[in-house]
Amino acid sequence: MFAAFLQYLFSGLTSGAIYALAGLGFAIIYNSSHVINFAQGEFIMIGGMATATMVAAGLPLPLAIALSMLASMMVGVALEKFAIEPARNSDVVTIIIITIGASIFLRGAAQILWDKEFHSLPAFSGETPIGVFGATLMPQSLWVFGVSGAVIVALWWFFNRTMFGKAMLGTSHNRLAAQLVGVGVKKVLLASFALSALLGAVGGVVVTPITFTNYEAGIMLGLKGFSAAVLGGLGNGGGAIVGGLIVGIAEALASGYLSSAYKDAIAFIIILFVLFFMPNGLFGKRGTDRV
Amino acid sequence: MLAVVITVAPLGFSNSYYYDVAVNAMFNAIVCVGLNLLIGYAGQISLGHAGFFALGAYGSALLTASWGLPPIAAMLISATVVGLLAFVVGRPILKLKGHYLAMATLGIGIIIHIVLKTEAKITGGPDGMSVDNFSLLGFTVMGDRMWYWVVGILLILTVWLALNLIDSPVGRALRAVHGSEVGAEVVGVDTSSYKVLVFVVSAVFASMVGSLFAHKNGFITPDIGSFMHSVELVVMVVLGGMASVFGALIGAVILTLLPQFLAVVEQYEAMILGAIMMGTMIFLPKGLLPSIVSAFKRREGGQ
Amino acid sequence: MSLLKVESLSKEFGGVHAIENLTFSVEPGDIHSIIGPNGAGKTTLFNLITGVYTPSAGRVLFQDRLVSGMKPYELAALGMSRTFQNLQIFFNMKAIENVMVGHHLHLDRRFLSSLLRLPKMRRADHECRDFCAGLMEFVGLAKYLDADAASMPYGALKRLEIARALAAKPRMLLLDEPAAGLNATESREIDEVIKKVASTGVTVVLVEHDMKMVMGISDYITALDYGRKLAEGTPAEVRANPEVVAAYLGAHA
Ligand SMILES: Nc1ncnc2c1ncn2[C@@H]1O[C@H](COP(=O)(O)OP(=O)(O)OP(=O)(O)O)[C@@H](O)[C@H]1O
Ligand SMILES: [Mg+2]
Repeated sequence: MFAAFLQYLFSGLTSGAIYALAGLGFAIIYNSSHVINFAQGEFIMIGGMATATMVAAGLPLPLAIALSMLASMMVGVALEKFAIEPARNSDVVTIIIITIGASIFLRGAAQILWDKEFHSLPAFSGETPIGVFGATLMPQSLWVFGVSGAVIVALWWFFNRTMFGKAMLGTSHNRLAAQLVGVGVKKVLLASFALSALLGAVGGVVVTPITFTNYEAGIMLGLKGFSAAVLGGLGNGGGAIVGGLIVGIAEALASGYLSSAYKDAIAFIIILFVLFFMPNGLFGKRGTDRV
Repeated sequence: MLAVVITVAPLGFSNSYYYDVAVNAMFNAIVCVGLNLLIGYAGQISLGHAGFFALGAYGSALLTASWGLPPIAAMLISATVVGLLAFVVGRPILKLKGHYLAMATLGIGIIIHIVLKTEAKITGGPDGMSVDNFSLLGFTVMGDRMWYWVVGILLILTVWLALNLIDSPVGRALRAVHGSEVGAEVVGVDTSSYKVLVFVVSAVFASMVGSLFAHKNGFITPDIGSFMHSVELVVMVVLGGMASVFGALIGAVILTLLPQFLAVVEQYEAMILGAIMMGTMIFLPKGLLPSIVSAFKRREGGQ
Repeated sequence: MSLLKVESLSKEFGGVHAIENLTFSVEPGDIHSIIGPNGAGKTTLFNLITGVYTPSAGRVLFQDRLVSGMKPYELAALGMSRTFQNLQIFFNMKAIENVMVGHHLHLDRRFLSSLLRLPKMRRADHECRDFCAGLMEFVGLAKYLDADAASMPYGALKRLEIARALAAKPRMLLLDEPAAGLNATESREIDEVIKKVASTGVTVVLVEHDMKMVMGISDYITALDYGRKLAEGTPAEVRANPEVVAAYLGAHA
């Protein structure tokens, strides 16, 4: 009983951590530009696919990871520069179509650059399961927890302790103030896309040994990340993390105890339920619209 | 004018494949004219309309196959059920704005898609299920040519109704919701009810076309309700031109034909489609038709 | 009998008391002005009266009916209509269509009628268009009859909002800074429009910073500061009130 529960919890926390990273990616970009980047999932895919192919080609893992992150960040920057920047002042719908277009484009490119097959990576530190109260934990899951935790701490430090990070947060509240400290809005936008792409790639790399990846892997991961971000309240980093973990754990429990076929539906059922009662997510800003 | 185009177009159709593509383009056009009322005119996004389309298709398939209902009854019952569903979920979700609304509608579409995929005992699961011909009062619609004329007439009817609606008290209230909700409220427009109304109407359009599509195609799979199909529908509306009935129509036709042309460069299809989506939105954010129209006006003004 | 009664009304925004324990009433047929320095709570008061915001405490009675908690569109049906300080124009529509939306409550609003647009509906729509064109001329927008709202200058849009509000045929019209941003000539024209509206029996509640205009046309004035009532009375009484003068000069700050 308890062992089974623990088992589901582990698997939920593992995917939850990835959703949280994806959700954070959404939150960072949303904060700086009020854009929802539907190509966020593709960053995860690129991270995983690039690392997997480079390792398969004989590159050492750390080098492959570093190069993939770099590649993903470059894609993020290019996306901002060529697709988002020129359409800064457009409607919500217009920008949604642009980022969905970008995600389709990136998937198409991935399919040509690589292929339609599934790719995998060897686990970073072996495949010997660790027994915990009757449940088993794969060492790779520990990597996922550890890396996600480290990334979150690093982000916290960046946004609260560095000048540039504070300015980035500042732009979301007050453009002028950010400009006063000498941080241009354009730079902040570029940085937010680069950072989100990096987060996505990190998630993609650590999770690939567990789930495998292919050119389409980003779609669901991206949508789950979006759910996480909305669940927590758009633009709220902490909310996105909590949202990601809730979605991941609920999914794992539901597929364990109810039906695994409906695993993917759970995130969206939770989201609808929460939005029915809290139109701004769990921790979103509430307030009266000014007229 | 539309009537003329529909009548004349077949002169250029050398075989039934052309009719087939044209029928699909018109199916999409009908859905998009309905969806445009929601997105373009009332300003509310939906990333889940393929779900309503699929429910209509499966509703018709199931009601005719296992209950032996006549297709027309199956279609109307499905549309009523979809309308009710849209009404029930529409109330709470249309209170949401912008990205939250996008998320909620997306969620509804995906849940429908997953249910259709999973309940294999009823729907045949991912393998799909076959559907009989459409017949009414002993008369059976068969073959691409006959479908062409039937759907052509329905499209003209749809466009006529949409044009009527837009230029009427209800249509103006819908557009006012887009312009300023509070501005509309204070002169007596019950904005939440109007949003639900247009959501239901567009869902019913999608459901009815879904039913017809099922009969025409003879075979359906859950992927007609996928997220990507919902996105395609929105892209058709936005590409052709939001808040323009003919824009939505043109968008639907272009996006239905596009894969036919891109078939030659099959590998690059996705990349090209993505690039077109980004390009149009960046350079012609109002969509093709309105941009062309205003370019014309500007030239006339300049002379 | 007062047309509008505001009783112990309060509105708080996360600690900010925008309106605090405010009581006053508006008599039918009057031009009743609400004045006060920036941030005094005038717009908030309008939003509370017209149902855009719900009060934190207190109540609003319109024609002796408790109306606080009702939706703006329900209040519109009871005869309230307003304009906004920050324009709420339907920029996606033509100017005249903006006004026609204002006439919404007086038209056939059934979905089927709209969908089929039968001759009866066409005729009614035609009459509505004529009526609204008349209103546009009334507020001085004759030359914008065919214009897109998005192409009109600011001053014209302010009048367009007045025409839209009038199209609803209100008993009480609330105007939030109708002359803000207008030049002297335009202000005087708005002044005339308000007087003409009042002469048809419509009660006008006016928020305006242009003191010359306020003192000239008001029958009664309520002065606010920090969400509380500072003074009330005829223009002459309010002008003579030292607290009002002080509030405007910021002497007590
Ligand atoms: N939606 C809102 N959310 C939070 N605070 C608000 C909101 N609306 C108004 N306030 C605050 O309430 C106070 C009163 O604002 P209000 O707009 O009513 O003043 P006003 O008298 O209309 O000022 P002005 O003459 O500048 O138009 C201000 O402190 C304002 O910041
Ligand atoms: Mg104000």
